[in-house]
Amino acid sequence: MQTKRRAFLKGSLAAGATGVAVGAGLLTPRAVMAAWPNKAYEEATTQADALKAAWGTSGAQDSGDVNLKAPDIAENGAVVPVTASTTMKADKIAILVEGNDHPLCCDYSLKNADPFLSTRIKMGKTSNVVAVVHSGGKLYQAKKEVKVTIGGCGG
Amino acid sequence: MASRSVKIRASARGDMVTVKSLMKHPMESGLRKNKKTGKKIPAKFITEVTAEINGEPVLVGNMSAAVSKNPYLSFKAPGKSGDTVKISWVDNTGDSDSGEAKVR
Repeated sequence: MQTKRRAFLKGSLAAGATGVAVGAGLLTPRAVMAAWPNKAYEEATTQADALKAAWGTSGAQDSGDVNLKAPDIAENGAVVPVTASTTMKADKIAILVEGNDHPLCCDYSLKNADPFLSTRIKMGKTSNVVAVVHSGGKLYQAKKEVKVTIGGCGG
Repeated sequence: MASRSVKIRASARGDMVTVKSLMKHPMESGLRKNKKTGKKIPAKFITEVTAEINGEPVLVGNMSAAVSKNPYLSFKAPGKSGDTVKISWVDNTGDSDSGEAKVR
């Protein structure tokens, strides 16, 4: 009886400690990134959902005025250089990867800056890279397929 | 060291400034595993970035773990030679840093 009671106490204490640790681990980042649109980045699994969560609108139409520069073949999916720009007057730019589990990579609000943005993104597999521009309350997009070579050295 | 985590190069052409910056950050997604221990590497990535020219915000952005390690960011904004460009970031663990440079 005595030994069982010991074991039981030990077990519940350990469980309690992990519970607290997990709780703290989960809570701190949430509290810290209050302004970060968690829904758009961590919950949305489609482009439409992500854009809706981030900007409140979705349903982008293809436009020739949006330019997306990305490589045809990316040898290393961890570093894919992407440049998005547009000739329209835009106030927001986002870059998405269709094939990623969570498509939204980054979104920027342009306070006074030109609609030009260049960055490097990660891609899990070959898929379309999408640049979406928010202009005059509407969304315009440009797509480009980027082949990702898993092997890293062209093979 | 901390002050070197954001590198900025800004050059003026006419009344536009082209800013190129590199932020030193691991950008861990939280999905990778440590090969030796098999334990997951905790997520650590930049969530918010703000760029200012002479104290005026020009670009405010959100990032996810799908942005490459040591994020590169380039943008264009109105400005002139001698202006101060400041870029600051906050990551998901609450760490933050910033860097400043003069426009050439």
